[in-house]
Amino acid sequence: MAYSNKVIDHYENPRNVGSFENANTDSHVGTGMVGAPACGDVMKLQIKVDDEGRIVDSKFKTYGCGSAIASSSLATEWLKGRTLEEASALKNTDISEYLSLPPVKIHCSILAEDAIKAAIADYKKKNEK
Amino acid sequence: MTIKLPIYFDYAATTPVDPRVAKKMMEYLTLDGYFGNPASRSHPFGWDAEAAVEEARKQVADLLHCDPREIVWTSGATESDNLALKGAAHFYQRKGKHIITAKTEHKAVLDTCRQLEREGFDVTYLAPDEEGMITLENFTSAIREDTILASIMQINNELGVIQDIAAIGRICRDRGIVFHVDAAQSLGKIDIDLQTLNVDLMSFSSHKIYGPKGMGALFVRRKPRVRLEAQIHGGGHERGLRSGTLPTHQIVGFAEACRLAKMEMAGDHQRISTLQKRLLDGLKSIEEVHINGSLTHHYPGITNFSINYVEGESLIMALKDIAVSSGSACTSASLEPSYVLKAIGRNDELAHSSLRFSIGRFTTEADVDYAIALIQKNVHRLREMSPLWEMYKEGVDLESYTWVQH
Repeated sequence: MAYSNKVIDHYENPRNVGSFENANTDSHVGTGMVGAPACGDVMKLQIKVDDEGRIVDSKFKTYGCGSAIASSSLATEWLKGRTLEEASALKNTDISEYLSLPPVKIHCSILAEDAIKAAIADYKKKNEK
Repeated sequence: MTIKLPIYFDYAATTPVDPRVAKKMMEYLTLDGYFGNPASRSHPFGWDAEAAVEEARKQVADLLHCDPREIVWTSGATESDNLALKGAAHFYQRKGKHIITAKTEHKAVLDTCRQLEREGFDVTYLAPDEEGMITLENFTSAIREDTILASIMQINNELGVIQDIAAIGRICRDRGIVFHVDAAQSLGKIDIDLQTLNVDLMSFSSHKIYGPKGMGALFVRRKPRVRLEAQIHGGGHERGLRSGTLPTHQIVGFAEACRLAKMEMAGDHQRISTLQKRLLDGLKSIEEVHINGSLTHHYPGITNFSINYVEGESLIMALKDIAVSSGSACTSASLEPSYVLKAIGRNDELAHSSLRFSIGRFTTEADVDYAIALIQKNVHRLREMSPLWEMYKEGVDLESYTWVQH
């Protein structure tokens, strides 16, 4: 698989790998887990949101191919500093274009977009009412 | 000692040509060598080339304990499989239309069987047990009144398991079924004695045994005689079974590889067994490693294992300094995980996380040690990054977890 240098860089030096402590109880944290082991990729993406609704930190763990790891690593980088609205506006095509993903790997960027949306939804659900 | 990177661990895919083979081939290419057409009957250029081809036939037959007249030159095991299966099916179709093979066969056999199905033949694809073995009960129960042909490989290219060709052959001989064996992975690796084996047709490849690519052979038994319908016509070479000008340099290269294999098989096998043991011992230090396929009926040159909670392609990327192959979907054009691993009942996750390590004549202890250390380091790194590993360690049951499919 011929990957771009950006994919290889994110794969070899992934940004923001990890999980937040007490993610289930901390109302500032939203967690999105998408994909399935049988499909070959699972992404867990977390956001930490301040009281102004801005993402101050983000972490991920990914089981998947190089482009899945790169897509989620890039997503966590881009999420930091954005408001939830700005984060919701991130599209998979932004990721796939930036990383120059080959056509068979576009689904990895779609998965990353799904993970962002799932994390935001989880945060909003926790902070309902 | 410094190690030259990347290290080659894909001998089951192809082997480098042995320098002794390459040297021999060079003598049959240029004007000052034996470049003639072996079919030219009117001058010494042809006679010399023909003599070289016939000497080569003897060398190949010698490795197999068969008659040189039973060897038909082809372009490789894929062509041999095609000629054997289509040739026998077409010739014996008035006797019956049923063929038996296994789900774990090479695509050269499976795709040929699919073609025969389109032509009106009926094919049974046997499921192996979870060790990758075709049991004799399983095989026998698939036999019908109209079964004319069976095809079972000797060493499986993905798992390295060795099927009981002798026993299956006896069953076929008793029932009057033509028995074909794909021996692409076993030639020169384990002893093949066609005098005692009840095999009617056997396919071979040159490039798996340190010979050139684009070269192979088909064994066609004379006693009891097996008939084939030719698939390539034009010129009547190889007794009309396979037309086309014989590539003298390829043929002598293949034969030299066979000659060397006969001399070095026992030593190679011993060394490769020791190296595989070293590899397996190294893998034991990693949690959740599953060996795929039987290790009892097994050729030690091929080791297939799955590393749970690490995806295959990402692992292959991490292992870029070693050349191995993976059963992961991501490494194939089809995005389907290995059909062989699925056939032995491995779930998709383990199929995605599988690596095939194949060791050969030029693999060293230092190569294996380097590979083990690299695998240990990167499996640790990728698991730190894997949500599945995290869940496994927290005791979450991944089988019953509800995944958000995409």
